[in-house]
Parts: sequence; structure tokens; C-alpha cells
Amino acid sequence: MKENLFSLDGKTVLVTGASSGIGKETAIMCSRMGARVIVTARNADRLSETFGQLNADVDGHAMILADMTVKDDIDRLLSELPALDGLVLCAGNSTTLPLQFGSRDKFDSMFDVNFFAPVELLRLLYKKKILAKGASVVMIASIGGTHSFMPGNGVYGASKAALNSIMKYAAREYSSRRVRVNSICPGMVDTPLIHRGTITEEQLAEDCKKYPLGRYGRTEDIASGVVYLLSDAACWVTGHDLVIDGGFSI
Amino acid sequence: MNIQEFLENFAEQFDDTDAEAFAPETKFRELDEWSSLTALSIIAMVDDEYDVIIKGNDILGSETIQDLYNIVEEKVQSKN
Repeated sequence: MKENLFSLDGKTVLVTGASSGIGKETAIMCSRMGARVIVTARNADRLSETFGQLNADVDGHAMILADMTVKDDIDRLLSELPALDGLVLCAGNSTTLPLQFGSRDKFDSMFDVNFFAPVELLRLLYKKKILAKGASVVMIASIGGTHSFMPGNGVYGASKAALNSIMKYAAREYSSRRVRVNSICPGMVDTPLIHRGTITEEQLAEDCKKYPLGRYGRTEDIASGVVYLLSDAACWVTGHDLVIDGGFSI
Repeated sequence: MNIQEFLENFAEQFDDTDAEAFAPETKFRELDEWSSLTALSIIAMVDDEYDVIIKGNDILGSETIQDLYNIVEEKVQSKN
């Protein structure tokens, strides 16, 4: 038995959306836990910043610039990837608008980024057998997909609910290769995504009071859940949506 | 764009407030029906109708509908 079941020693992990927020923190924490990490995102400067913060004691980290919604980028990414023991699908976006303004184009742009892009990447990684036997996949969903956690988040929430649904089907089907698939449903996490100004800082401060543990999440609160699900400690966990929300949904 | 059309678009985001209540000098955040969801609707309406993005602080910083109109108008002009 391994000395530390929670360690990621010897694992190669791909993190999408690694240039900021939860993806960035996850990439850095995975490397500190011993993983060789491949980071991908669209923005070269910010991705380089993440790459520079990866734990240098582990060899072989790599950075691949790619837009998950562009087919050529996905093809290039696939051609450059080594076999993966872990995949963390963090790339995503959010929008805040009342449902009566949720026209098809608003849904389309949200689903393209939050649902179709990660699902297509996962499909191809599995089909091309880049995901190694026994690999672990973690999707970042949201309590927005299970609860109406804030007014105006229906379009976003629906995209995350869809992701959670696919997670369960993938967990069942991919079990034939012992690939585990889980998701994390974070509550509001303090990332650049929530400070874009549609919701004012005053409204955020008020909303924060709905969290029994007294604050919004920090990116490391979510990243540590990802590390658990990637690790051998979670080797009998699949098809699970792990809620990490400071008690919001109790 | 003109203020009359803006007033109509603005009023559409309300359900229980009389149309006469909406004038350029109306202090909209003092209306009984005003809520955070109304604020989100105004932001979404401005995006749909005028193709510019205003923020929550633009609404908080506006006292009257005219104030908000001026912000939207300036954004529309600086875009063109």
C-alpha cells in the first residue's frame, strides 16, 4: 500500500482553464501534491504565470495554449498530450441575466463553453485512449446546477446541470476501463468570474451571509476536493457530485 | 436612441408600477417594486436594446432614470 493515499506522486494530470481561478489553484496544488501537470487555457500571459508557479521539484510539467471551443486547438492538444492519469475540466464561464432575457444565443454561448467543450474533450481523450486505465476525471460543476443559488443564474445553472448529468453517464460507461468520473459543485468562490460588476460588491457582501460557514469559498477549498478525487484515496468513488459550498445547500 | 424610448424600455421591466411613474427625473431605486432582480433586468435590457454593457455600479451610481440614460448614451456614442 502506498504510504500516502492522498499523494499524486507519479500521476500526470491535465487541467483546463488553468490560467485563473479554480483551474489555476488546482494546477498548482496538484503539482505540490506530486503530480506532473499539463496546463491549458487561452491566454498565454496568464497561463505562463500559472506554469511558473508549478512545483519545480516535479519534472515534465507542460503548458499548451488552446481554446477548448476551437476544433483545431483540440486536435493539436490531443496530438501533444501524453497518457493521462487525471483530467480536471475547469474551463468555464458564467453569465447573470434574468431568464426572460435568456435567448437561444445566450444559452448557446454558455453551453458551448461550459458543456459542449469539456464533453467533447473528455469524449476524445477516452476514445483515443489518452486517458489511461484507472484514470480519474473531475468536472467543475456548480450548486447553480442543483439549486437556484442566485437570481439570474438560470442559463449558467442549466449548463452545469447538464455537465453533472453527463458526469454520471460517463462514470457508468467508463468504469469498464476503471476510469472514475466525478464532479465538484462549488458554492460561490471568490474568483475573477464573480467580480465582473453585474452584481455589485455590496450585493456580493450581502449574499455571502447566506453561507453558514461565514464566507465565500476560496479556490483552494475546491482544489483540495479535486486532489482528493484524483488521488488513490478516492479509488472507489465514481459518479459522485461533491458539494463544497460552506453549507449553503444544507 | 432617445429618452422616451428608453423610458418605455425601462418601464417594461416592472410589473406593478404605473407607466406614469416613469419620467426622466424618477428616482427609480426608490420605487416600491425595485429589487436586485429588476437591476439585472435593466442590465440585460440595455445589452439587448443598445448593445452596451452597464454594470451594477452604474445603476447604484444613478439617482434618476435620466442619469442612467446618460451613462448608456455615452457608452453607445463611444462605441460608434
